[in-house]
Amino acid sequence: MSSISKDTSAISTLGLRVVKATGEEPTFKAGDSVKVLIRYPVGHYRVPTFVRGKRGTVEMLIKPQGINNEEEGFGRNAGLKGHYYRVAIPMTELWPDYTGSAHDGLRIEIFETWLERI
Amino acid sequence: MHSHDHHPHDHTASADKSDAPPSYYEIMETAVRELLIEKKLITAGEIRRQIEVLDSRTPALGAKIVARAWVDPEFRACLLANGRTACEEFGITFYDDTQLIVLENTDKIHNLIVCTLCSCYPRPVLGLPPDWYKAKPYRSRAVKEPRNVLAEFGTAIPEDVEIRVSDSTAMVRYLVLPQRPVGTEDFTEEQLAALVTRDAMIGVIKVNLPNEITV
Repeated sequence: MSSISKDTSAISTLGLRVVKATGEEPTFKAGDSVKVLIRYPVGHYRVPTFVRGKRGTVEMLIKPQGINNEEEGFGRNAGLKGHYYRVAIPMTELWPDYTGSAHDGLRIEIFETWLERI
Repeated sequence: MHSHDHHPHDHTASADKSDAPPSYYEIMETAVRELLIEKKLITAGEIRRQIEVLDSRTPALGAKIVARAWVDPEFRACLLANGRTACEEFGITFYDDTQLIVLENTDKIHNLIVCTLCSCYPRPVLGLPPDWYKAKPYRSRAVKEPRNVLAEFGTAIPEDVEIRVSDSTAMVRYLVLPQRPVGTEDFTEEQLAALVTRDAMIGVIKVNLPNEITV
């Protein structure tokens, strides 16, 4: 999942056009509806199974960018960083039989490659 | 099983550990550590030094941060905007790449922190996590039935207060900024800090006045 076709060039305050690298700009912003992907890669990654396939809302972009744990686990990172988001998922979305308040929720940081827009 | 299982007397947890043969993961840790030292990638002194770093981090640091946030609105705003830089201004260094998000409890929101995958914890400000924080019952139940978990810690959260469980999984660590108890208007910053406990900064309890503690 990436936003390759998006034009990320912008006029800098120096008055000159600056083209940003793929992935430099975050794909999502606060308020966006997202779904956590369902996939089962081999190796080290930081997305618990209980949130996969669940729908939530991006609460904030986490700064600064971070290393992709999934790539790092194989030593493939080469120092490239990406965006993490703090995602809000209602407890009732995670657990259909949740008995607490309907307002209760989870907050979890998820790397951009694990999110799709809904 | 091992022969010492038949000993008639009780062992304390720590005595047991030294008597029992090392576990699978203890053996793996020793093997990896010895290999790293043998290959000269790290030294024994560096390991000892890191233990010293962790030993110097205790909940007393976090308590001072919380008390300062209670008495200094400007600091509180900085802390909520960027927990890490606010703590660094206090002289609390972060020895890793983790960020710190400080979660403020209010009349409407109660925050609780957990690491379902392992034991991520705001170590730079609180030191090592308690054993129950690393154990599977807390890790699995905090995200599934937080109200029951809180009740078991003696914490009743009204239905109209939203519970937010923050699962710390990758690069962010969390610290709960508890509510300042009513009746502490005349307390000094130092007296306030003395009220703030580790568990309150994890979010499993509220900060209480000493005479409010229920048994």
